[in-house]
Amino acid sequence: MFRFVGDPIENMLGQERTDADIDRLREQLGLNDPFIMQYWNFLSDALRGDMGISFRQGRPVVEILVERLPATLELAFVSAIIAIVVGVILGVYTAIRSKGFVTNLILTLSLIGVSLPTFLIGILLIYLFAVELNWLPSFGRGDVVQIGWWSTGLLTSSGLKAIILPAITLGLYQMTLIMRLVRSEMLEVMSADYIRFARARGLPERTINFRHALKNTLVPVITITGLQLGSIIAFAIITETVFQWPGVGLLFIDSVQFVDIPVMASYLMFISVMFVLINLIVDIVYVLIDPRLRIQGAA
Amino acid sequence: MERFRSFLASDFFYAFKRAPVAIVSFCIAAFMILTAILAPLIAPTNPFDPSTLNLMNGFTAPFSKNDFTGDHFLLGTDDQGRDVFSTILYGLRISLFVGFSAVLFAMVLGVSLGLLAAMTGGRTDAIIMRIADVQLSFPAILIAMLVFGIAKGITPPELRNEVAVWVLIISIGLADWVQFARVVRGAAMVERQKEYVEAAMLIGRGRVAIALKHILPNILASVLVIATISLALAIITEATLSFLGVGAPPTQPSLGTLIRIGQGFLFSGEWWILLFPALTLLMLALSVNLLGDWLRNTLNPKMEK
Amino acid sequence: MKTRAIISTLAVALAMSTSAVAETLNWARAGDSLTMDPHAQNEGPTHALASQVYEPLIQRDMAGKQVPALATEWSTDPNDPNVWKFKLREGVVFHDGAEFDSEDVVFSFQRAMSPDSDMKELLSSVKEVRADGKFGFEIVTDGPNPIMPANLNDIYIMDKGWTEKNNAVKVQDFEGGEDTFSAKNTNGTGPYVITSRVPDSKTVLEAFGNYWGKGQFPLEVTKINYTPIKNAATRVAALLSGEVDFIQDVPVQDLGRVGEDEKLKVITAPQNRVIFFGLNQGDADLKNDNVEGKNPFADVRVRRAMNMAINRDAIKKIVMRGQSIPAGVAMPPFVNGWTKELDQIPPGGAEAGKKLMAEAGYGDGFTVTLQCPNDRYINDEAICQAAVAMLGQIGITVNLDAKPKAQHFPEIGNLTTDFYMLGWGVPTYDSEYIFNFLMHTKGEKRGSWNGTRYSNADLDAKIVSLASETDLAKRDATIAEIWKQVQEDVLYLPIHHQVLNWGMANKVDTTVSPDDRARFKYFKLK
Repeated sequence: MFRFVGDPIENMLGQERTDADIDRLREQLGLNDPFIMQYWNFLSDALRGDMGISFRQGRPVVEILVERLPATLELAFVSAIIAIVVGVILGVYTAIRSKGFVTNLILTLSLIGVSLPTFLIGILLIYLFAVELNWLPSFGRGDVVQIGWWSTGLLTSSGLKAIILPAITLGLYQMTLIMRLVRSEMLEVMSADYIRFARARGLPERTINFRHALKNTLVPVITITGLQLGSIIAFAIITETVFQWPGVGLLFIDSVQFVDIPVMASYLMFISVMFVLINLIVDIVYVLIDPRLRIQGAA
Repeated sequence: MERFRSFLASDFFYAFKRAPVAIVSFCIAAFMILTAILAPLIAPTNPFDPSTLNLMNGFTAPFSKNDFTGDHFLLGTDDQGRDVFSTILYGLRISLFVGFSAVLFAMVLGVSLGLLAAMTGGRTDAIIMRIADVQLSFPAILIAMLVFGIAKGITPPELRNEVAVWVLIISIGLADWVQFARVVRGAAMVERQKEYVEAAMLIGRGRVAIALKHILPNILASVLVIATISLALAIITEATLSFLGVGAPPTQPSLGTLIRIGQGFLFSGEWWILLFPALTLLMLALSVNLLGDWLRNTLNPKMEK
Repeated sequence: MKTRAIISTLAVALAMSTSAVAETLNWARAGDSLTMDPHAQNEGPTHALASQVYEPLIQRDMAGKQVPALATEWSTDPNDPNVWKFKLREGVVFHDGAEFDSEDVVFSFQRAMSPDSDMKELLSSVKEVRADGKFGFEIVTDGPNPIMPANLNDIYIMDKGWTEKNNAVKVQDFEGGEDTFSAKNTNGTGPYVITSRVPDSKTVLEAFGNYWGKGQFPLEVTKINYTPIKNAATRVAALLSGEVDFIQDVPVQDLGRVGEDEKLKVITAPQNRVIFFGLNQGDADLKNDNVEGKNPFADVRVRRAMNMAINRDAIKKIVMRGQSIPAGVAMPPFVNGWTKELDQIPPGGAEAGKKLMAEAGYGDGFTVTLQCPNDRYINDEAICQAAVAMLGQIGITVNLDAKPKAQHFPEIGNLTTDFYMLGWGVPTYDSEYIFNFLMHTKGEKRGSWNGTRYSNADLDAKIVSLASETDLAKRDATIAEIWKQVQEDVLYLPIHHQVLNWGMANKVDTTVSPDDRARFKYFKLK
């Protein structure tokens, strides 16, 4: 599969390479082996925790991934938070005031947000907030603090500033999704009998809206958000490229361009593992929130 | 077909007449599709024929004259001296073709797999839905990049430009079918329990016939909604892929490729190379999205009270 | 509370550090260095970073002139033309305080010539290296090599003791995926010390207090923050917003915007790199065309017609925004052998080209595929697109296949392309380097980048003779002969010489070096 992405040899040898150098290196890297054998070698090494050595950086892939992972996870985490908080608030608002002008404005604006490609939104944000207004940085993570192997940008002011634009860019799509989901679920729940009863009982609107209606809409929201977390991490590829965010997505794009096969393969494996983990967590949270499932499980 | 027509003539069309947003977005979308189809007749130049281009026309501003050649262009020219207006029309054509074909592909694949899963149940169902789960979490752009890379590797160079568009269709379609499969399976499961289906089974109609003749028409509405929303998504995914360098070739640009090229001129003052294609894409995606939104609300009246 | 305390201490620390480092330079370019081992990779950005930390015997200054670095004088041995003698600089120390002497030079050269080294091709004519006292050094070549010093600019000197102590005598086997001490740590004699580095993210360099060149160079930049920024728009945005002070690769379309900004300026200079198209003229039939049983490129008239059809001025004006020097020969003007006559743009134009095509029997044209990189040279894809349109005007229908360099270059190496774009830089500033790689018949040792299938035994013999010709006048005459033949045969279709555009804050004062190497010790700050 990776054969088609290109040949790493050209990137690894300089302009002064001779044909003999190319042959020697191909042999050395095992690129002349049949594809099945290369794949087998990778898999058997990976199972032992050895993901190989990056062709581009000449360092163990595991080391590079561990170094890059915090950046991506922090970015994904912050954008997920933004998406959830803003999405839920706007969703609830547009559901309660389902006919107002502001609601229509919010709904239309959110559609504009998802009608433009992410990379363009990112570049436009950079243009506006970094170049024209000079409020926020245009690239990188700012200053990071090392806590063990984890590097965080969330503890410095420059780090916090740096995460704003990429997190918004990355979270915009999910935010719209969550907002619309919350809105439609709320509308559905609000028409349910028990809400009418609650209203009949004379409970205050606030209690009805938040204690009863919102709570019942949360289950599908959590499922979707959880499943979307995987695509947030994947879409980080684009956001990280635009903002030069030093995470695994940028690493992947670099490695595609360089045909850094061990890194590409490891990244894809990482995404798959993330998927399994996220699904697992979503299932657990699901059970915790929805008591019906718990009873079923016990029975 | 008969059923669909009467359906159009009734409540649905009545609701449509009373929804200004739906009318406007439908008109915009229809207008854009029409101009795309008629692009060769409308466009003043053919931007896909390189021998007609004059590089010296490059970077002409909209509504003004080129300094070297004295030529006029409605929306200006891009870095290759192509008329931006014509390029947008032709680009729209490619984007819409890719979008429609990808959605069609995803729809056929998703609907058949969804129906298959619902009708057979058991292990087939489990396998199909497991694949769908994996697919759903495996991001569309990664799938598209992989398919693109492989396809590029196995096609001879002189065919690559022609193949590129088909590869886009397949890779976007492959990433999109799960939505259809899930909804169709869910709806079909519900329909299957209904009496008319049981009745049909009793009189000995085959499963395929039941699926196609009885269940499918009843879930068409949901499929239509997903298809509309997927269309907008497919057009934007194509643009994103283009940014990652795996989109339509620059000599036959789609709207996405035009935006990718145009964003390079954002700081340099040639705003028209980015603005007009971006506006076109925005208008297209927005109108399709609004239409999809309205469709969902109308066909699923429970939500809007 | 606790996090708040951390934040405020950090804020104080940050405030203090910003006030103390008025001489900081924030530097960004598209790519990062691949390894810190100075002999493991012969690659631009890698050497660009290494050259701040390590030094060669002879270096180039910002104008591209060879000046003394760790060697103060050099010449061939008057008694033996096969020996080059170097006098080494005294009183130089490495970053860890160790003294520099001939032992380190001998060691470093042997290391650079070892099998895992990526620099060994530059030293392929070296038979032996030896010390001549504590501050003398000799290179023995297998025949007279008049241009030896030109090959030494990127052969960096390491400390023998440090390397041995840290088990880094062997060069990092980069291709084999080896991870060594020297790949992550540095100890050179250069003006800057690396104080922290996260690959692909950020590297911090600080001035070396005991640098031998104090007083000889400006050395006004005392701290460098180096960040690779891949996306061109983001890179320019960072410069415009003042987050970085210096970027080496300003996209040509953004030069105007950067130049207009009152806090910024752009300086440009011709680069030592020429861009051209290669044509498969040797094969009997082309794979990627629509002419059966014949190779249209084999006809010199077709090649001439194509050469005429390419409107280099239009490419310069529109695609390159004036930032290129139209070329008539596949050799940058800096190179020994270049003449104005050779670099003359072929006269003609599309009309004359059409006539020639008809003469050659291709009046109705033909179809062929042009293969192009889209991430290697300045506006590479746009140049190819423009060429597609221009060749269309003489009847050649060109399919464009543009792709990343990792997919493009193997096509040239594996001879699977018939029509391709290539750029060539000449680090030795001598024609022989071009001939060896681009003109000689493709073979084991030479012609590895010759994708034209051109083979001329007479020319090959002349190229080989250059290596050992000690009579420089005679050697230059041979070079001129070779170029004459190459031009007559239209071996390549030259497009232009690239121009470098460095964008920087007004406070930075420097000139552009033709090899695109920022040598920060020469930088001045206002």
